[in-house]
Amino acid sequence: MDNPSKQVWITGIGLLSAAGEGVASHLDALDNAAGAPLIDAQGFAPYPIHPLASINMAAQIPKKSDLRQMEKWQHIGVYAAGLALDDAGIARNPELLGKTHLVVAAGSGERDATVDAKVLEAIAARGDTDTEISAKEILPTALRPTLFLAQLSNLLAGNISIVHNVTASSRTFMGEEMAGLSALENAVRRIAAGQADLILVGGALNAERKDLLLGYELGCNLWSHPYAPVWQRRAAGGGFIPGSAGAFIVLESSEHAKARGASPYARVVSVGTDRAQRTEPGQIRRVLQQLFKRISASLSPEPIAVLSGASGVEPVTQEERDFLDDLESDGFTPAIRAYGSRLGHTVEAHFPLGISIGALALSRNQLFAPSPGDDVEEAVSSLPQRMLVTGVGHWHGEGLALLERVNGGRVS
Amino acid sequence: MARNFKDSQGRTVVAVTGTGLVSSLGWGKAANWAQLKAGQSGIKTITRFPTDGLRTTIAGTVTRADGQPPSSAPELTLEMAQSAANEALLEAGLTEANGFPGPLFVATPPAELEWPQRKALYEHPCAQDLTGYDRLLAAARSGAFKQMFENFQFATVADHLAVALRPRGLPISVSTACASGASAIQLGVEAIRRGDTDTALAIGTDSSVQLEALIRFSLLSALSTRNDPPDRASRPFSKSRDGFVMAEGAGALVLESLESALARGAKCIGIVRGCGEMADDYHRTRSKPDGTAIIGAIRNAMLDAGAAPEEIDYVNAHGTSTPENDKMEYLSLKAVLGDHLEATPVSSNKSMIGHTLSAAGAIEAVLSFMMMENGLLLPTINYDEPDPDIPLDVVANAARRGVIKTVLSNSFGFGGQNAALVLAAAD
Repeated sequence: MDNPSKQVWITGIGLLSAAGEGVASHLDALDNAAGAPLIDAQGFAPYPIHPLASINMAAQIPKKSDLRQMEKWQHIGVYAAGLALDDAGIARNPELLGKTHLVVAAGSGERDATVDAKVLEAIAARGDTDTEISAKEILPTALRPTLFLAQLSNLLAGNISIVHNVTASSRTFMGEEMAGLSALENAVRRIAAGQADLILVGGALNAERKDLLLGYELGCNLWSHPYAPVWQRRAAGGGFIPGSAGAFIVLESSEHAKARGASPYARVVSVGTDRAQRTEPGQIRRVLQQLFKRISASLSPEPIAVLSGASGVEPVTQEERDFLDDLESDGFTPAIRAYGSRLGHTVEAHFPLGISIGALALSRNQLFAPSPGDDVEEAVSSLPQRMLVTGVGHWHGEGLALLERVNGGRVS
Repeated sequence: MARNFKDSQGRTVVAVTGTGLVSSLGWGKAANWAQLKAGQSGIKTITRFPTDGLRTTIAGTVTRADGQPPSSAPELTLEMAQSAANEALLEAGLTEANGFPGPLFVATPPAELEWPQRKALYEHPCAQDLTGYDRLLAAARSGAFKQMFENFQFATVADHLAVALRPRGLPISVSTACASGASAIQLGVEAIRRGDTDTALAIGTDSSVQLEALIRFSLLSALSTRNDPPDRASRPFSKSRDGFVMAEGAGALVLESLESALARGAKCIGIVRGCGEMADDYHRTRSKPDGTAIIGAIRNAMLDAGAAPEEIDYVNAHGTSTPENDKMEYLSLKAVLGDHLEATPVSSNKSMIGHTLSAAGAIEAVLSFMMMENGLLLPTINYDEPDPDIPLDVVANAARRGVIKTVLSNSFGFGGQNAALVLAAAD
């Protein structure tokens, strides 16, 4: 592209999590750090999870037929996408929706745990060699035909198009946390280069699924002890507490936003991503250092707020702490908050969630209260002008986003 | 004569300098081409798992070098992608010791555990009397299945490819269902046009022929049930078509700014002139009856390419052989190409190699470039009873000689994600 780079603004935010729905309830929950985080310690024991707040899905998904064709993962995502479109003033505006591009970070939907258990019991009863015979006999009558459509990664995007009429284009990125990193980086680059003016980007996770937990726990990644903030899990080996959440943001070129009278929560200055090999200690820290250099090229040392997407998985989380210590040594004086301590680790949705919360903090000019009980998160009197959002995958993938307050922007 | 390195819209011209291919007909472009031009089918009776009692018992499965079935879909998905990528990189002359010098975009199906893996977990010794997922989770917690973790993440295929190919940055996994392969190419083209990179590797790969996936598509009534003989089942644009045939394969393309390709002395195989997409908001498996989104995707590709309908010499159709797709695709082509459609040959590779799902867009782009290079249009086999409602110039049953400079290649996905590419010959 020959165009000089365009400014990328965040003009809409849609959030749904254990903290409830919408911007205000998230601000309240994050401010109330002394209060106990919302945890379900029993339902998936020994794994605590952050369950979704009780939500009337019909508020954003009015048609019963649409609700029936989706599973909870898709409900969460479609709902959050609708909130973001509403918040940006795009919802139900055919002209704007027709030029809104959709970028979704997705895993996949639910399995039918009852059917799976039935097949496993049949396999166990039959003995060794007949694995697929049992599955073949049970599945054709037990599986609901529409369940498949709730399992395909790209069908969250498909349902957002159907329910909210977002139609310019639709792309789904996969790959756990890497999905969220890729989605954001790609969307920001497209707008900066003039390849799109308006992009709805985000993701969703339904943590309340044993089949989903299984995928993570194969690698022994889950926290199976009583709740602790992400920075305080190292002594027990680390691990993440999954959280149900949907996080969508509307990214818009500043020119387009100005022309339609939309004002921003914040500006996305830059997003950088990479993949450390993680074959030796220190590689994550080094990649984060390089990414920071790349995205902060114009910055001289100054205080910076850091909204960390740390998962609590070790030694990954410790390497991120080492990087944050390096920032301190380099004069950036980071004021750190790990939003996963409050809302859980939301995997594909985690980077979009962090960018949403970061933009909210900038727009109201105030950081959230620190999680009690450690020396990483300290109280600060004022919020710096810029916010760094980190995204470090529990398996692979590293990303950083730099956000900046827009003077005269939206006030939360 | 000086080459023009910018297109009519002032953007970087994106060339293709290497391609690679795997399908149910074989590994590598040469093996595929010899059989495709002879109108041979790769569709066969499934032997990988028992199928008696199922409505569909055929697929375009890929046979591995050792003849053994893969241990899981991600394993074969990765092997095919690696093979196609190696072929493409070799042709492009980009087998550099320090890895591929650009980003990697991989169209791949969502990874998931299959029944053999669940069985292994279920049979793991368990102290308590647990059932269902509680038992599977207890097995996972033992730490004995960490290798399984690495093989069944959504990032697995792209991440393992990144280890082998060492591209720059984060490996990207993209899914737009059956349009994924075209989307991977589009992501690469856009990155080069932005000036993010001089080169990008786009791969589409899919080996979804596992028991549960077959049952799921079957429950949606999407598959052909014409099991015998298998090679007659996929019949795009025929009156008697009754569904698609699931198939496996991979296609890889090295995309490169024309300027940097020529500067390093690489051979230009062709040009990606334009990409277009549009999402449907009508239904999860059917397109809007008026074809708005499909028409929009094709029209956007033509606009992006700056191509007039008369410039399209050949359409590489999505042509799945489902009653719905082929009818809608015809109506949409008619809407965009108008009278020019009558004079435009159309064929669907899926008649021979089945529907390779996430890989289809990439495989069909590779074949489109081969057709332009060889001056030969691959046939649509099993075209014995033309559907009178689809009056197309189908390249029927036998390959046809023809000079083609510009190809329109369509890919339409479940979930309403539609993409189209305009591909051009090298000169």
